[in-house]
Amino acid sequence: MASLQTFAAKTITDVQSFVQNNSQILPSAGASKPALTTTADNPAHLELGELSGILEYEPAEYTFTALAGTPITEVAAALAGNGQYLPFDPPLAQHGATLGGTVAAGLSGSGRYRYGGVRDFLIGVRFIDGQGQLVRGGGKVVKNAAGFDLPKLMVGSLGRLGILVELSFKVFPRPQSYATLTVPYPTVEAALGGLQKATTARLDIEALDLVVERPDGQHTVPTLWVRMGGLESVQEQRIAQLRQILGAGEMMEGFVENATWQAACEFSWAPDQWALVKVATTPRHIQGLEQILSTTKALRRYAVGGQLTWIAWPGEVADLHKHLTALNLSGLVIRGATNQARIGVQTGQVFAQRIKQALDPVGKFLAL
Amino acid sequence: MPSTNLISALTRLFPAQRLLQQSAQLAPYESDALTAFHARPAAVVLVETQQEVIETVKLCHQYNVPFVARGSGTSLSGGSLPIKEGIMIALNRLNRILRLDPAERIAVVEPGVVNLDVSRAAAPYDLYYAPDPSSQLICTIGGNVAFNSGGAHCLKYGMTANHVLGMKVVLPDGEVVQLGGESLEQVGPDLAGFFVGSEGLFGVALEITLRLLPKPAMYRTVLAAYRSLEAAGEAVSQVVAAGLLTGAMEIMDNLAIQAAEAAVGAGYPKDAAGLLIVELEGEPVQVEAEFAHLLQVIEITNPYEVRVAQDEADRMRIWKGRKSAFSAVGRLSPDYIVQDGVVPRSKLGQALAKINQLSATYGIRVANVFHAGDGNLHPLILYNGREAGALERAEALAGEIIHMCIDLGGSITGEHGVGMEKLQYMASMFNATDLQTMTNLRRAIDPLELANRGKKLPDGEAPALHLHGPHPLEKLGLISRE
Repeated sequence: MASLQTFAAKTITDVQSFVQNNSQILPSAGASKPALTTTADNPAHLELGELSGILEYEPAEYTFTALAGTPITEVAAALAGNGQYLPFDPPLAQHGATLGGTVAAGLSGSGRYRYGGVRDFLIGVRFIDGQGQLVRGGGKVVKNAAGFDLPKLMVGSLGRLGILVELSFKVFPRPQSYATLTVPYPTVEAALGGLQKATTARLDIEALDLVVERPDGQHTVPTLWVRMGGLESVQEQRIAQLRQILGAGEMMEGFVENATWQAACEFSWAPDQWALVKVATTPRHIQGLEQILSTTKALRRYAVGGQLTWIAWPGEVADLHKHLTALNLSGLVIRGATNQARIGVQTGQVFAQRIKQALDPVGKFLAL
Repeated sequence: MPSTNLISALTRLFPAQRLLQQSAQLAPYESDALTAFHARPAAVVLVETQQEVIETVKLCHQYNVPFVARGSGTSLSGGSLPIKEGIMIALNRLNRILRLDPAERIAVVEPGVVNLDVSRAAAPYDLYYAPDPSSQLICTIGGNVAFNSGGAHCLKYGMTANHVLGMKVVLPDGEVVQLGGESLEQVGPDLAGFFVGSEGLFGVALEITLRLLPKPAMYRTVLAAYRSLEAAGEAVSQVVAAGLLTGAMEIMDNLAIQAAEAAVGAGYPKDAAGLLIVELEGEPVQVEAEFAHLLQVIEITNPYEVRVAQDEADRMRIWKGRKSAFSAVGRLSPDYIVQDGVVPRSKLGQALAKINQLSATYGIRVANVFHAGDGNLHPLILYNGREAGALERAEALAGEIIHMCIDLGGSITGEHGVGMEKLQYMASMFNATDLQTMTNLRRAIDPLELANRGKKLPDGEAPALHLHGPHPLEKLGLISRE
């Protein structure tokens, strides 16, 4: 639905005034996840793309602080200049994803397998609450136990508990080199066997995705992608060890390897006009999902050792909502025609509503 | 005073041997590891089932009586100090590992399970639970969750919150709710992450789903001894600058070394002014290559002695010394305060110089043990509680150290939490709006402020800003010191 008003905030004070002067507000920035800014309500749109820039970056501290509208690409470039990176591997950077949008959506990429997701690397936040107040939680140091963990609360909050304006993150040194082993399997069941071998092996795997189908007709057999990061001098040895554990596989290196993972992070495998949905899973959910999805045209990628499922869905989102609910799973639509981004089951509502009442007592932001 | 109605209702819920009311029975629960404070609860209930916790919380809500949940009572910030005339819910017997699923790499546990017992149960599957607070032999997962406990491996693996995937909790009014799940990922606000570290103010965790990690195939551990503490601090910066992501990086000063040597004979160089322990872990080929690099970097920092752990027994000896350091300091002094603060890692040298200077000014010995990799200081402030005013002077020194941490851009606590101990510093770290927001959150979840009342959040109306003098609750006669 067309919005009555769009306003581009340039300062934190702009955001505060906007919240105070409007009855319902929906923040957005990079527009890389359009389903998250679509609603049946008619809120005033607050554009945060100009609230951008890295404020502090201390490579020796493994930390940086930036405004919420800062593009991921800008952060990644600054970090790369010092041999560092965002270990949670934020998706959709090339589509314009920002730090704030990534946190609010609670999105991490395949690389989160090694060290953790966005929840594990966000250490401090400043946000505007439903009364237009600037609130700070967490801090700028890598270890901190003072106050309630508001940074974690903001992860996945979809701009419905507060509007993020400034974020502090922990970062890590980037592995010197990467190599990937791709292992095809005759069936998903066989691939799940391989997945389990990889997840329980005493290996430092960087990313572990089970790719079931691709629209270009290539790799239509279930394939495990296992990425290793580390010192270049020992990569071949490590891949050989991995191949021994998994029994087969082809090694991919260099530019092609990098481009392949980057394409995965941009969802180049998912048709633009289809819905794109994140589902929180564990490996044991995969068989149940496959029973349903394999009878449809849906494309799917079981990323992060089966913990993060991506579904490209050609049909009605409402149908997928029913399937996920039946399987007791929670999903988030990030692209596609829907007014309700959160689908499937929702847990913790009693707790969440009390939090909502404290942070947004008059309902300036969308309902949780 | 709790209504006699509550006590009689509890009598119907618990057999006499699990409802403690006599002085002698209550005495062990009057204090935790912050021994300077103690308070006597009206009763202690020894719960054995989740339902008993839920019923107790419901009754406390019904009769408007505050309660505190307690595991092994190892809190160094007074987090499990009882509320005078309140109810203490002792969770040690609620200690079943309900499920351990190696394929899913999770363990579902009750709050009374001891931290190390999770890793022990996971060991046959080559898995382990990463957070390793020094008290891991006795501290419980419930307490770890309440205080977002850390340990020596936080830089690389994070704190407790990074390893909790989901929880079943009872809110302070008795409502039971599921937060998070079994996946590493979730949709919607990270409610489980928000609950962790809430210091008991949001209720009691009944079931906790923990993430397990594959045990590193190899550890390589090195000790480097320096003639000055600053040189050890500088070495940390060099290791970081080299791009090495270490599993652990710890520093001990001479006083801490002496104490650890006297206690467990870890084989540390006794004359070192600063001792650095660095550990790498992971796949053998990678670790060996990185370790060679690490030794080169350490060589450049001019240690006067370098020792590489030769085998697992040797490595365990090194860690035993480090992990026993807190209690070992008890050999040097009748009383001591374990302080916990954080500074940006690059300001470690500056912080240590300041602590030395403060130690000299006050004429009080301070031993330093810290997680250098993440700038987490643990100054141990030695005093004799029998000397008049000694505790107050030690606390004043501790306060100056905490203010230094804030001034350097750090935090008032890295892993021990605010509890009772740090209440007075909250207003220096957070402004009035931040604190009011936290109070609003607390009241939205617990309008009667029954759950662990008096901890973590300074009184919303008048936060204590002073450094010295009695605790606000002492003034009210609600707690007292020994």
